[in-house]
Amino acid sequence: MKRLASMAFAAASVLSLQGCAGWQSALDPKGPAASELAWLIWFFTGLCAVVWVLVMIALAAPVLMRPPRRTEPLVLDAGADHRKLRVVAIAVGLTAAILVGLTLLSFFANRTLAAIGSDAALTIRVTGHQWWWEVRYEDATPSRILTTANEIHIPAGEPVRLLLTSTDVIHSFWVPSLAGKLDLIPGHINVLDIKADKPGTYRGQCAEFCGAQHANMGTFIIAEPRAKFDAWWNDQLQPAAPPTGDEAKAGADLFLKRPCVMCHKIGGTPAGGTVAPDLTHVASRRTLAAGSLTMSRGNLAAWIADPQGIKPGSHMPVVELNGDELNAIVAYLEGLK
Amino acid sequence: MSSADLTSERDLPPEREATAKGDVAPERDGPRDTGMDDASLHRWLARTWRTPPGIIGALSSVDHKVVARRYLITAFVFLCLGGLNAVAMRIQLSGPQRGLIGPDLYNQLFTMHGVTMMFLFAVPIVQATGIYLVPLMVGSRNIAFPRLNAFSYWIYVSGGLFAWVSFALSMAPDVGWFAYVPLSGPEFGPGKRADVWAQMITYTEVSSLAVAVATIVTVFKQRAPGMSLDKIPLYVWALLVTSFVVVFAMPAVMITSTFLILDRLVGTHIFNPAEGGDALLFQHLFWFFGHPEVYIIFLPATGMVSAIIPAFARRPAFGHLGLVLSLIAVGFLSFGLWVHHMFATGLPKLGASFFTASSMLIAIPNGVQIFCWLATLWDGRPVIRTPLLFVFGFFFIFVIGGLTGVMLASVPLDLQVHDTYFVVAHFHYVLIGGSVFPLLGAAYFWFPKITGRMMSERLGHWHFWLAFIGFNAAFFPMHLVGLWGMPRRVYTYPAELGWGNINLFITGGAVLFFLSFVLFTLNLVHGALKGAPAGDNPWDAGTLEWATSSPPPSYNFARIPIVTNVEPLWAEREVLPVATGLRVDVRELLISTVAEAHPDIREKSATPSIWPLFAAIAVGGTFLYSIFTPWAIVWGAAPIAITLIGWFWPKDTPEDEE
Repeated sequence: MKRLASMAFAAASVLSLQGCAGWQSALDPKGPAASELAWLIWFFTGLCAVVWVLVMIALAAPVLMRPPRRTEPLVLDAGADHRKLRVVAIAVGLTAAILVGLTLLSFFANRTLAAIGSDAALTIRVTGHQWWWEVRYEDATPSRILTTANEIHIPAGEPVRLLLTSTDVIHSFWVPSLAGKLDLIPGHINVLDIKADKPGTYRGQCAEFCGAQHANMGTFIIAEPRAKFDAWWNDQLQPAAPPTGDEAKAGADLFLKRPCVMCHKIGGTPAGGTVAPDLTHVASRRTLAAGSLTMSRGNLAAWIADPQGIKPGSHMPVVELNGDELNAIVAYLEGLK
Repeated sequence: MSSADLTSERDLPPEREATAKGDVAPERDGPRDTGMDDASLHRWLARTWRTPPGIIGALSSVDHKVVARRYLITAFVFLCLGGLNAVAMRIQLSGPQRGLIGPDLYNQLFTMHGVTMMFLFAVPIVQATGIYLVPLMVGSRNIAFPRLNAFSYWIYVSGGLFAWVSFALSMAPDVGWFAYVPLSGPEFGPGKRADVWAQMITYTEVSSLAVAVATIVTVFKQRAPGMSLDKIPLYVWALLVTSFVVVFAMPAVMITSTFLILDRLVGTHIFNPAEGGDALLFQHLFWFFGHPEVYIIFLPATGMVSAIIPAFARRPAFGHLGLVLSLIAVGFLSFGLWVHHMFATGLPKLGASFFTASSMLIAIPNGVQIFCWLATLWDGRPVIRTPLLFVFGFFFIFVIGGLTGVMLASVPLDLQVHDTYFVVAHFHYVLIGGSVFPLLGAAYFWFPKITGRMMSERLGHWHFWLAFIGFNAAFFPMHLVGLWGMPRRVYTYPAELGWGNINLFITGGAVLFFLSFVLFTLNLVHGALKGAPAGDNPWDAGTLEWATSSPPPSYNFARIPIVTNVEPLWAEREVLPVATGLRVDVRELLISTVAEAHPDIREKSATPSIWPLFAAIAVGGTFLYSIFTPWAIVWGAAPIAITLIGWFWPKDTPEDEE
């Protein structure tokens, strides 16, 4: 058994070298909350491993030490049983002590986590939709309120408060390298404070089953230095870039004439739909369809031409377009940096 | 050796004999077993207790062993179906962005896998084992309420058929086995899929409640004389506690699923936040059932472990009282931890922390059980046979599952691993390690009793190692891939996250684990057809089920044994003392007092009847119809009433006799 366990563990460790480098791993923390949690995970794992090994030794002992086999089942040695009772009592006592210790540890870890975002200056409202994330930057000045989708830019090194809710089903916001997950529940607002120590891009995805495309509901947290973040916010507040070139102009025209406009918003144009992602600066985002495709001209065209093939069940309908029309719309969207 | 050879009459203390024999008017009396010679006693009892011949006879059977065998086989079929679901899912997940199975089918697959394994395999099979063994272990002739017991089987089968026919029609539930609203609600769960989930729950819970009630009454009132509370076998204690947990937990999920059906069909807004309802209410109700559900599956398995270890360690279980108290403590505590399934819903931090403490607390009675079993094994070199191998596998796997459970109990830690593959690994370690491995051990242990033949030891060893290696290869890496960020219930994942290789490895393990069940099936078939004859007590175990022949006769025991020890067959090596005074021309049971098991009254046990089947068809039809219209309850009431009248039609026989 032991040999098997060590083989399994060896196999697992080899695989883990490859996986730990992922950008969506709880074991690869990039913020204070995830660091605290990673430490907690390793501590619990270590302690549990010790307990498990002790139990396995106790189990293997009567097999490996080969004491004589019992013959009369009901003839018991009262003295030996009394000693065993003492051992069992001590083991139960130790178990209780370990559990009390772990409970206290977990209380204190919870306090540490709660303190991380107590002075957050920036509040972002994240609303879950089937199957994308609406991201709204709150500000006391109404004109500075910004709505975008799927990518959350934050200033690195500063705590940020996320207000999580949903308008349809329950989702769960989880960016493992920054913090633990928290659900987005219709009718409730949950508060999650996150902080990224360093600039970088951290992937996350929905962790509560939310229907057909639960698997393709990714999000990115992009932590940047404060100045770069402020510049990004200011850029995003600008209305959409006007189309340049005939093809893009035709695309802008088509966008307004076709069903696209029913669901999507493009700031500075009459397109004002709010049930689908805001496309004002869609080309500045790194992915399409909540992390399903990387942003490129080809992928934009593919997504518009065949949304149900790429993300079956998604609420993006197939819009009848001929090749020229598709090219025109893609040319327009591609310019929306 | 037949049961008659083991039994002989012994002088009862005078007051007991008087009570057992009773003092009734002679004209209401028939032939008794007192003083009757063995041959005529067998003839009488065989005629009185037999299942009638023919198809109608078979469908009318109320013999607990016949019903249990059907349950066991049906549950095994569902296990195979659920296993095939799992293999299909694993093939889809063996590499990133595989296109074998789309989200629509995948979501049905994992829902059906969960629903089948929880409601159609795990709970029914542990209860079925109890239906078979409890009456034998307490020394009774049949289970209490045998017609209710037969009814429960028919309801269970119809619920299972309902779910799997829906799957064949591509209208199986696709909302996960816990079907959270609003995803399963009227707005986001179109079609009949969520209704199928909700009503399928009702079938299986009705059946489960019926078995629980029958088990409780059997244990409390039908124990052999002398089997006072301290002499009840641990397995029977486990089933008793489980049955109480069923009685208190199952109504919660029936309320949940009924509220859901009301929201979907009648237009209530119980779970609709827009109209003052609350989506989280569903989760509280569901998990108030859902957590005890884990213990409903696990506690009977601990009973099996407590039965197998003494037989191979060659001594009674160490710390019998401690083990019983642990069972009861686990039963109570299991109702106080449901919130640890909801830590990520943003509950108030202080309240959630309370559930960290309560979830940690349940590890203490479970620890007591583990330590007592280990102490039982320390006394001498155990006899290593296949059942004990599976118990060793249980220790290896379940302890890991229990310890990762301690990790999940911590609120902050849970927030990283909740709803990831870490949790998938955890609960498979708990449920497969804690329940399926003991069940497999139990299959090898009690197969000789059920069929009269032994299963192959050599195939058994192969089976064990294949299952053990396959299981760990499939599920251990899931802990890691969960920590690397892979959520549950995803039908695919992007290549750039680097989960491809480990998922391929997991799929390989899953295939091995599936193959181990093929080997098990071979061993079952081989054992049933060609196994060596087992004899009454092949393991030289100490509890009453081994006192009768293998397979047991329809009446279980020719004469009701008297119990003098928690392991009666070890205490009375030569002959078991027996109680006499039961009639042999009608189905009569000896009813005893709850605490001391003094013989109290003689009571009739129900005769075979076709009405439980008809009642189950009427009830099942009503449930099926009710996914289309609430009026089904009104129209269905009439046939249900008619079948129940048939079922309870007065027999014109005298009441219980003292």
